[in-house]
Amino acid sequence: MNPIVQINPTQIAGKQSTGKQYWRSLNEAAETPEFQQWAQRAFPDGVSEGVTVDGASRRSLLKLMAASFGLAGLTACRRPVENILPFSRASEGYIHGKPMHFATVAALNGSATGLIVECNEGRPTKIEGNPKHPYSLGATNAFLQASVLGVYDPDRSRQVMRKGGRSNWDEFAAWARSYFNADRLGDGAAMRIVSEKIVSPSLEVVKADLLKKFPKAQWIEYESVNLDAVREGAALASGQDVEPHFLFDKADVVFSLDCDFLGLDSSSILPVKQYSRRRRVEKPGDELNRLYSAEANYTITGGMADHRLRAKVGDIGALALALAKELNVSGAELKVVGNSTDKARKFISALAKDLEAHKGKSIVVAGPRQPAAVHTLVFAINAALGNIGQTIVFTKLAEERAKPLEQLKQLATDLHAGTVKTLIVLGGNPAYSLPADVPFADALKKVAVSVALTEDENETWAASEWRLPQAHLLESWGDAQALDGTASIQQPMIEPLYGGKSVLEVAAILAGMEPASDYEIVRSNWASQGAPAEREKKWNAALFDGVVADTKSAMVTAAVDAKKVFATANAQIQPAPAGLEVAFYPSPGPYDGRYANNAWLQEAPHPMTKVVWDNVALISKKTAESLGLKDGDVVKLSKDGRSVETPVQIQPGHADDSISLFLGYGRSVCGRVGQGVGHRVEALRTTANFFSASGVELKKTGETYEIVTTQEHHRMEGRPIVREASVEEYKKEPGLIKEMAESPNGLTMFPFVDYSKGYQWGMAIDLNSCVGCNACLVACQSENNIPVVGKDQVQRGREMHWIRLDRYYTGSDEEAQVVTQPMGCQQCENAPCESVCPVAATSHSPEGLNDMAYNRCVGTRYCLNNCPYKVRRFNFLAWNKDVPEVRKLGFNPDVTVRMRGVMEKCTYCVQRIEEHKIAANADGRRQLHDGEIQSACQQVCPAEAIVFGNINDPESRVSKLKKQPRNYEVLGELNIRPRTTYLGRLRNPNPELEKENA
Amino acid sequence: MADLAIGSRIELNPPLVQGGMTYADVSEKISAITENKPPKQWYYLITISSLMTVMLFGCLGYLVMTGIGVWGNNNPVGWGWDITNFVWWIGIGHAGTLISAVLFLFRQKWRTSINRAAEAMTLFAVACAGIYPLFHTGRPWRAIYWLFPAPNEYLHLWQNFRSPLEWDVFAVSTYATVSALFWFTGLIPDLATLRDRAVSRGRKILFGILSLGWRGSSTQWRHYELAYLILAGISTPLVLSVHSIVSFDFATALIPGWHTTLFPPYFVAGAIFSGFAMVVTLMTVARWVYNLQNLITTKHLENMCKVLIATGLMVGFSYGTEYFIAWYSGNPYERFAFINRAFGPYWWAYWTMVTCNVLSPQFFWFKKFRTTPVLMFIISIFINIGMWFERFVIIATSLHRDFLPASWGYFKPTWVDMCTFAGTIGLFLTLFLLFLRFLPAIAMSEVKGVLYQQIEDGKGTH
Repeated sequence: MNPIVQINPTQIAGKQSTGKQYWRSLNEAAETPEFQQWAQRAFPDGVSEGVTVDGASRRSLLKLMAASFGLAGLTACRRPVENILPFSRASEGYIHGKPMHFATVAALNGSATGLIVECNEGRPTKIEGNPKHPYSLGATNAFLQASVLGVYDPDRSRQVMRKGGRSNWDEFAAWARSYFNADRLGDGAAMRIVSEKIVSPSLEVVKADLLKKFPKAQWIEYESVNLDAVREGAALASGQDVEPHFLFDKADVVFSLDCDFLGLDSSSILPVKQYSRRRRVEKPGDELNRLYSAEANYTITGGMADHRLRAKVGDIGALALALAKELNVSGAELKVVGNSTDKARKFISALAKDLEAHKGKSIVVAGPRQPAAVHTLVFAINAALGNIGQTIVFTKLAEERAKPLEQLKQLATDLHAGTVKTLIVLGGNPAYSLPADVPFADALKKVAVSVALTEDENETWAASEWRLPQAHLLESWGDAQALDGTASIQQPMIEPLYGGKSVLEVAAILAGMEPASDYEIVRSNWASQGAPAEREKKWNAALFDGVVADTKSAMVTAAVDAKKVFATANAQIQPAPAGLEVAFYPSPGPYDGRYANNAWLQEAPHPMTKVVWDNVALISKKTAESLGLKDGDVVKLSKDGRSVETPVQIQPGHADDSISLFLGYGRSVCGRVGQGVGHRVEALRTTANFFSASGVELKKTGETYEIVTTQEHHRMEGRPIVREASVEEYKKEPGLIKEMAESPNGLTMFPFVDYSKGYQWGMAIDLNSCVGCNACLVACQSENNIPVVGKDQVQRGREMHWIRLDRYYTGSDEEAQVVTQPMGCQQCENAPCESVCPVAATSHSPEGLNDMAYNRCVGTRYCLNNCPYKVRRFNFLAWNKDVPEVRKLGFNPDVTVRMRGVMEKCTYCVQRIEEHKIAANADGRRQLHDGEIQSACQQVCPAEAIVFGNINDPESRVSKLKKQPRNYEVLGELNIRPRTTYLGRLRNPNPELEKENA
Repeated sequence: MADLAIGSRIELNPPLVQGGMTYADVSEKISAITENKPPKQWYYLITISSLMTVMLFGCLGYLVMTGIGVWGNNNPVGWGWDITNFVWWIGIGHAGTLISAVLFLFRQKWRTSINRAAEAMTLFAVACAGIYPLFHTGRPWRAIYWLFPAPNEYLHLWQNFRSPLEWDVFAVSTYATVSALFWFTGLIPDLATLRDRAVSRGRKILFGILSLGWRGSSTQWRHYELAYLILAGISTPLVLSVHSIVSFDFATALIPGWHTTLFPPYFVAGAIFSGFAMVVTLMTVARWVYNLQNLITTKHLENMCKVLIATGLMVGFSYGTEYFIAWYSGNPYERFAFINRAFGPYWWAYWTMVTCNVLSPQFFWFKKFRTTPVLMFIISIFINIGMWFERFVIIATSLHRDFLPASWGYFKPTWVDMCTFAGTIGLFLTLFLLFLRFLPAIAMSEVKGVLYQQIEDGKGTH
């Protein structure tokens, strides 16, 4: 055994190196004093005592020295020496190697979601939902899962800068003290502040303070993805400023008018949870809800719909009017606008009958791209259906209702007029995402004083005089209020890695508050009443639970004056003009651009198109044919002198004459991940055409562009992979799902294993609930240190996601229906991958898991070939070789980071299984309860579609699900006995419309 | 070959050694090749092949340092050119063993002028083949010793003997070892000839050592014949077993297009087919360059072409069987796999394979083609191209579209794939050219045995 040689490789011969350098020659090593010291004690421990220095043994002594010396060289060459240092003073409750969990809250676009964050050695490594938070209930979405990567983004803004040179916070504070007072700025008439949507009560207080100091200044809350239309509609319909809440779990029938409420048109995941509750079936004959959808783009919601009507974004209003007429509500004479097709007429007629049959138990909802008039009309329809107060309730709006588009128009005017002298950006990237008629980037460069607080070095940062690094949400104190008023304290998981400050802190500096500490401000807001002991208790409880008790808003009854509403709506709603329209959608990757440097989100395939690292313009097959376009053709879209160039892709089920564009791409100042990825469609957007634009001109450029997708084939080719049936068919013949293909349960060549004892892990995935949102994909990536491979490698078919979402189209290309199937390692009992590995790197555990031993794998890839599900992932190149040091802080230490040449795959989160088994063992050798172990994909899923547990326990949820008649094995006919089974998808078609469906 | 009977006095018609050669002529002709300067074609060819070999090592180095990603392999096509080339090379090697061992046991005297070169070809083909199982792994520095049941740092871990890749390890290493032993054993008398003819001291010592003290006594000849017979007996089953084992890499998997019991006979027939084609390729050139027409006669070439027709028909029949069974089985995945082969994205590979393998050997029904070396050479090239495409079609088309359409993909080779393959051809050629230069390319002692019989029958002179 060689002695531990404590040579610090980076200090050889006075060379300072940033990476690890190993001494290449023995001479190099010999120069260090440590080595010389070692050389004197050149014997391995325990041997030196026995060796004498005389005659014959001197020879052997020299041999030993030479041998050990040589071997020591090899040791140091293989792995760098790292010292282990114990704490001299440990933190309370901290056991090294055991993660700690803390509650916090994340705000995204006007809504707050409570989180529980797993921290390893003081670093946040995994985000989970907070079961106690009403808008999380334990789940999160892909954005929240990916946001932990943002903490370790190497391209974050790290340095306070002024006019391109280095500065620091003290200088900024000093300058702010001198600048932000009445002497310099007067009443603030020439100052504009732009921030993201505020959901923080503490920030509202600071904002109020600042605006009191500078009454004429304007604070604009800008979100590129604007979800305010529904509030405007509610206000116009009811005459009160209220927050509408749609209780999807109470609705038997739901009609979505261009509203992707299961996806990105919702800022929280609550609708998915609620909706999926009504989609669960325990036994044949159980009732399901029914979803109708009218939309242009194919969204997740459209994918779940039982009936879907393709309609231009501009025609949705006309559809709403047609429905109102069909429902004959209010008695007012409605002028139905626009030509409706036969199909639309039948659709509306059947829908109306269905809605009337479920009065008080239905929801009609319109999406954020629709004008206020449509929303108002929709509320009136709901009122007529008796839904108000039943499935749609209102709470008091937490703060004054924002009118962002009006503010934007005003800002544009002011910037053009040149009346703005001070521009401040607190978070977000308005220089990139503001509509084209607001000359913000130029203004930042031209105004006398510009200040930008940004998380990354983005377009806004680049154009600004003062550049301030923003602390990540996991690095800051703050608070956030959910849509129903529930407040949560945001607490940091880690000190700001680069000394950043939060929006709250910087706003406080601007407002001249002392101390400008976000902790103090939040604390004083939430823990300032009552006796000190009680204060402390309440504060701690809020931090621990992740919610502040008793902060939910009061319900408000709001009545809708249907007659008045219909009159206005009638006047305002017009049919869509002829010609092409474009509509702007948030992207499931960068969202509005903020996640452009987040590699997980760039590589997560778009749920519908499966495109990665890019945005495309989606068009229907008919439109493509009429324009002579095929996939990958680059077109120039222009309106009013503004244009954008983007490749097109044909989307089955897309509305004709409508083009869907995705925001958040084409970032020009971005980190290494997002720079130049995709095409910036914001250039086509104006304050007038914020959501959609009609009369757009399309010109072919003649160029083609390679679009990279993770899935190349989109039809099931008649194979019983995703099995569906209608509710009626299932009720009549429950065995029909299983009978679509036979699972022989035949003999195997190898001896039978007795799986009747102990824990046997299994999984059931309910295809009725899964919406295909990608949350599980990103959660798995976060939990298991799955590498990102980049666009070029995805093009070659080497993406590394352990769970993927297979999306198939059924029906015709025009009126396609969509089914989604999460696919991870099926942990087959009779695994075809196990018998073919020559080095036995993959074998079966006694608990039914297919184990993967990374350190044994030599990478023959036979297991990948023999897996019929193709769920194994091979490290074709060293994906983790050039990972920046800071990124390594974010790895989950419980999961090996695999090297090049090694195979990997889903393990049912074996690290979590083992962690809980150990804990249960320590806790008096007790049995694990059902639900105690949750795989990452199961935990994150907002629809609760993935259920994992012990199949040997007949009471476990997974066992009960597997007993359902619609439970089936994918490719069960191969006799491989997968432990993951699927519950067949049930559709609930309206019998009247069923004959229409392709 | 109806005119050859096993066991009794052999009737040779026409004579296998032509031109009235004597024993001395045989020794002189063949030994002289190794003693004199090689013809200029040899220099041209070895320059090119050496450069290609250097390219091979460069590509392998790049592969090991960077990863399998420099090739075109992906998910779902985990094996691309790597295993295609492996099977192609191993298949080629089978002809040598068949000529050396099987034809020996069947007492086919005509084998004697081609068996040495054919067996050399086998060894070099196995060497080229063996590169791939090692280097196609993600971690070859581990694979090189973890695949063998020898003690390593994981003393408690055995290999997985259920895996066909593990069987490959044994099959190929057995094949290499036995072939090398057989080849060397057969060489001993000829090496002694070279020793006895050697003029320079160095040459005397070298061939003295290599010929292991051969004096040509009758006792030694008896031992030699026995050893040769035993090694031939061991090698013969290898002709059938090695490629059957290699075919198990596919047959034991469950992928449609792979999972079929037809593979062992189909692969063995294909191996002999491609191997003989390679022998024809090499022999037609070698005999032209070195003027060996009297030893490798038209009869020899014709016999090889007959083997090509026979095995070509077997291969063609196998193609037909696969299609019939796919249809007859009613298995939708199986049916799709074969429709996809002929009409899917790889249709061009499939039809190349069929044209080259089924169509081209049919020309050998015509005597003209069987007896004209240039034509034989051309067709043999096509056959080997066709056999390469056969392995590619089996591997890539079956993998790229299997059970779940969502996981379907496409494989495209990279320049590294192509240069590595070209490099192995370079290595093979280099080794073969070195063999031709330094070792007796024809088994002198065995040819003399045939010549003896000829003389006895009055068809030759001393």
